[in-house]
Amino acid sequence: MASENLYILGIHMTKFGKYPNRDLIDLAAEAAQGAFKDGGVTMGDMNILAAGNLRGTGRIGQPLQKQIGQTGIPVYNVTNACATGATAMRVVMMAIKAGEADMGLAVGSEKLAGVGLLTGANVKADGKTWTPEGRYDAVSATDGRIGTETMPGVFAQIGMEYGSRYGEVSFETFAKISEKNHYHSTLNPLAAYQKRMSLEEIMKDVMVAYPNTRPMCSANSDGAAATVIVSEKKLRTLSKAQQDRAVKIAASILTTDPWEDGCQVLANVNTCTREAAKQAYAQAGVGPKDLHLIELHDCFATAELVHYDNLMLCDEGAAVEHFNSGATWREGRQPVNVSGGLESKGHPIAATGIANVWEIATHLRGEAGPRQIEGAKIGMTHVIGLGNTCAIHILQK
Amino acid sequence: MPNQVPLVSYLVLGDDPHLIAHECTNCKARFFDRRNGCAKCFGTEFKDVSLPKEGKVRAFSVVHSAAPGIKVPFVASVIECGTTRVSANIINVDPKPENVKLGMKVKLATYVLGKDEAGTEAIGFGFEPA
Repeated sequence: MASENLYILGIHMTKFGKYPNRDLIDLAAEAAQGAFKDGGVTMGDMNILAAGNLRGTGRIGQPLQKQIGQTGIPVYNVTNACATGATAMRVVMMAIKAGEADMGLAVGSEKLAGVGLLTGANVKADGKTWTPEGRYDAVSATDGRIGTETMPGVFAQIGMEYGSRYGEVSFETFAKISEKNHYHSTLNPLAAYQKRMSLEEIMKDVMVAYPNTRPMCSANSDGAAATVIVSEKKLRTLSKAQQDRAVKIAASILTTDPWEDGCQVLANVNTCTREAAKQAYAQAGVGPKDLHLIELHDCFATAELVHYDNLMLCDEGAAVEHFNSGATWREGRQPVNVSGGLESKGHPIAATGIANVWEIATHLRGEAGPRQIEGAKIGMTHVIGLGNTCAIHILQK
Repeated sequence: MPNQVPLVSYLVLGDDPHLIAHECTNCKARFFDRRNGCAKCFGTEFKDVSLPKEGKVRAFSVVHSAAPGIKVPFVASVIECGTTRVSANIINVDPKPENVKLGMKVKLATYVLGKDEAGTEAIGFGFEPA
């Protein structure tokens, strides 16, 4: 980062799961007030609020203020697909770096339990006469007739495409990634699902989009996460206790996918991730081998595999070998998704890009309890917003 | 023969049904949808080019859960037609993973998707094993 370092002062996530009696604002308020308490500050200390929500009203910032503190500060409502939470964080960071604020709150809240399959936008009812519509002059729905726009199917193909480049990846390999993440979730009391699953159970579960069975898909859940971000200068005016627990944001990068042949046919989450990773390593002055743990965007088991490669955690083309080495299990040399990942922790979209920062920050503070990765000092978070966006944060203690 | 319309305008019907792409006259990047400009070089001039009718499977998924009205399972795929990638279903094959292979050779096939009230047929396309 340029001039001044930024820090996570306070951070909180709700347990992910089902909250039939609580709305987006209730969840966002719990996360925000939790982050204030964690950071030893109040709404009165915030100079900016960035609020993320994708599938609700998309405009929760002002309603949230009305529940936790209306101070007249600027509010930015943010949506950026599954990168929404990470984008909200970056809005706060950019305001601080621009000198408009010295402390701000980023929050993401989503109600997703029970929504079922997330499909593409191109679902068109047939009329009495065929009428061309849209950018392809389609006379009928194309999702399901010209490939698939469903998320499990898109990400299944992203995993299979890796096989086209570097050698076929077996169904079993993808399922083992899910086995790892479900195993990790057993130590995370905030995960929506905390049940260990055997490889056989995972492979024999309901097939959603081969090779992704149901437990290999991110869990649609409700939840929220929030963080208070502070400038270094402001942090130095706070108590020693606050300073001691602050976590440095060593890198914050957001990219979109540059044009490449085929990128408008199958979402290309590789180019934007690799570029974001390169920039993040340069900004933080660290390399992939320096990371003690990583929370990456395992929206599907097939996605986790390709990101080992995109984040350069392994040699190019060696993601399967890397996984088979055991490196990414919590007992391995570079654990990935010790929270249980989106496959078991859950994926309340707008909360995800802050919840993964909470996970890393909690380990760097040495406060992760039974699932603590001992000695963790540097960690990375990664999210993908389909369409495509990649956001990466590197945190350092 | 009843009147026919293609499912999408990049499917050209007639005696020799085939797919076309809009190719940037400057950098040759190819696109299937209506264009405002070239995503690669920002050029604004395009010409239509015909794609080979044969290709290879670059990626696929056997989709078991889909939008309402779509029969499952079906095979969604990305096909490489020469140097151009195309989204399509693999059709005329029992939709099981063991029946589709990465790199498998396939060829374009069309089918009647349905009729409207005037009796006009909508024609869809997919790729079948070559």
